[in-house]
Amino acid sequence: MGKTRKIVDTGTHFIDGNMACAEGAIAAGCRFVSGYPITPSTEVVEHLAKRFPEIGGMFIQMEDELAASICFQGAVWSGVKGMTVTSGPGFSLMMEHVGLAAALETPSVFVDVQRAGPSTGLPTAPAQQDMMQARWGSHGDYEIIALSPSSPQECFDYIVICFNLAEKYRCPVFFMMDETVGHMHGKVKIPSPDEIEVVERKNTSRPPGEYKPYKIYGGDVPEMVKVGMGHRIHITGLTHDEQGYPAMTASAQQILVKRLCSKITDNVEDISIIKTDEIEDSEVVVISYGITSRIVEYAAGIARKKGIKTGTVQLVTIWPFNDKAIREIAAQTRHIIVAEMNLGQMVLEVQRAVANKVPVHFLGNAGGRTLDPETIIEKIMEVVQ
Amino acid sequence: MTEIKSHPVDGLLRTDRMPHIWCPGCGVGTSVNCFTRAIEKLEMDLDRLHVVSGIGCTGRVAGYINVDSFHTTHGRALAFATGLSLSRPDSKVVVYSGDGDIAAIGGNHLIHTARRNVDMTVICVNNYTYGMTGGQVTPTTPDKALASTTPFGNFEHTFNIPNLVAASGATYVARWTVFHVRQLTRAMVKALQHPGFSFIEVLSPCPTLFMRRNKLGAAVNLMEYFRDSAVIENGADTRTVGLNEGRTVLGEFVNMRLPTLRESYENRMKEALGDAFVPYEGDK
Ligand SMILES: Cc1ncc(C[n+]2csc(CCOP(=O)(O)OP(=O)(O)O)c2C)c(N)n1
Ligand code: SF4
Ligand SMILES: [Mg+2]
Repeated sequence: MGKTRKIVDTGTHFIDGNMACAEGAIAAGCRFVSGYPITPSTEVVEHLAKRFPEIGGMFIQMEDELAASICFQGAVWSGVKGMTVTSGPGFSLMMEHVGLAAALETPSVFVDVQRAGPSTGLPTAPAQQDMMQARWGSHGDYEIIALSPSSPQECFDYIVICFNLAEKYRCPVFFMMDETVGHMHGKVKIPSPDEIEVVERKNTSRPPGEYKPYKIYGGDVPEMVKVGMGHRIHITGLTHDEQGYPAMTASAQQILVKRLCSKITDNVEDISIIKTDEIEDSEVVVISYGITSRIVEYAAGIARKKGIKTGTVQLVTIWPFNDKAIREIAAQTRHIIVAEMNLGQMVLEVQRAVANKVPVHFLGNAGGRTLDPETIIEKIMEVVQ
Repeated sequence: MTEIKSHPVDGLLRTDRMPHIWCPGCGVGTSVNCFTRAIEKLEMDLDRLHVVSGIGCTGRVAGYINVDSFHTTHGRALAFATGLSLSRPDSKVVVYSGDGDIAAIGGNHLIHTARRNVDMTVICVNNYTYGMTGGQVTPTTPDKALASTTPFGNFEHTFNIPNLVAASGATYVARWTVFHVRQLTRAMVKALQHPGFSFIEVLSPCPTLFMRRNKLGAAVNLMEYFRDSAVIENGADTRTVGLNEGRTVLGEFVNMRLPTLRESYENRMKEALGDAFVPYEGDK
């Protein structure tokens, strides 16, 4: 990527997923990133550390992921867009502030370039083992949004959508990459700024005294605000009322937490992106996400040549899980295979949604390498027998 | 009937949240009084003052000061405040929290925020215990003192917080007690004007837990102790200010001007990138 001070680096580039993710964040308007180095995510922040000083952004390397995951939230409440970037062990440390972002309704983006765990695991090898952690990792009930890219181009395109969703729904939004997609090079087309749909922060226009930070004035999401507007906001991780003040009652808890969840669960159709191919009247549909979808696409092509009507589904949006879409897919096929680089995480959601309408089979591994096409083809042959 | 006069600092407090949660005799409220007077004295633009707290009895301060304020997570207020401070160069960010929050669970952030000389003021109320959770031992609990988790007396070495922050790179460090309200207010005035990382340790009674458990009497008894044991040593070598029985060293220990994190960043980038450097100015 040549030396350039362009904010959006419009053009066609041959870059890896991590760099595409960083460029996408810039294009989405992100200007503050706090991080802590960890393989295989580090290139994202290394690239931003280089790019930001020339475009008025700032990267700060914090002392750990506990700090990295809250530092940018301080910046977000000043009015900017921010994110943090990590991988497995760091992701675990960030969970406290995933909960904080959910409770404060901080528009926030967490990038997790997944590597194989548990613990230090295989730092340089891919996995898709943090999918449930993204959904359930912090304590308490809350909802989040998660997307997963399958190519460097999707790293660019979908991180932009992550930022847009963070603004729209004011919740933690996860970008669930993996080592392979992060380090894989590919052609990435960066459009011109006017071709990129970016949702800007919309702060309340209500004057002080006529605005409450957590009151719903229409829609499902409260109006955002930033410091210095004269509202004298108080923002707390304690259960709070519309004013934002601590409200230590079970009824305040019901109202707040149900709203934090329903603003997401009532809008699954708006949030969800699912790509399907040849699912009508198929014998088998393979559901996957992230890098696994690229391999499934290839394997499905071979299975079709062997005469098996094979459909594919790429879950771009992982969370909220789109039960309805999965049920509609199940109605058009006889078998479903869920392929993922873990020992069975999203398959549980598919099984729940399908509710035994058709058999749901699982194909996975314990991480460390991508699934190979042969195994996927074998599985397809096996289930249609 | 006597007319209830409004208190001079009323506008600085969220009167709609009164009564506050602090126990009678608790020193946290006294420190807040000093803080509001310091703000008043400086005639600060309240839209340019932001208070961030962690969790604890002291951590509730953010909720009572009538400025944009954040009550974050236990120990991490400094990291939140770093992002806010960097994004708001023309605001003053204040972290107001307890000894446990700042020096125990938040200890690593304390070291590094001081080292970076982030532009913020930290007010750390040291009541020698975890007040909010019922009086457990903290890194600042004195030798042999009783706490709910040291029922046979504390056996750990006690933190000398001013020395820790000074060694880490804090550019303003002071210690006062809630008995020394005038000095404390003056130190707050200085700290709030100080560019870079300023830190004030405020020694304070927790009559409900720490004092009762250790049979130290009422809050007034600790105030008397603060008065009688106070040794004011401005500029003291912080290695010598550890809290010992009968000797409470107070004063302004460090006051120097070094580049803040933002200044160091901008200087470095200007040198390395010249005209290509575009400073980060938050959402402006
Ligand atoms: C991660 C986490 N661990 C533990 C707690 C429980 N907790 C709440 S306040 C507190 C101690 C606060 O002590 P200190 O900072 O000294 O404040 P004080 O109440 O004494 O003013 C603890 C341990 C918590 N809220 N979060
Ligand atoms: S428990 Fe102690 S620190 Fe907490 S409010 Fe009461 S006196 Fe103050
Ligand atoms: Mg305490």
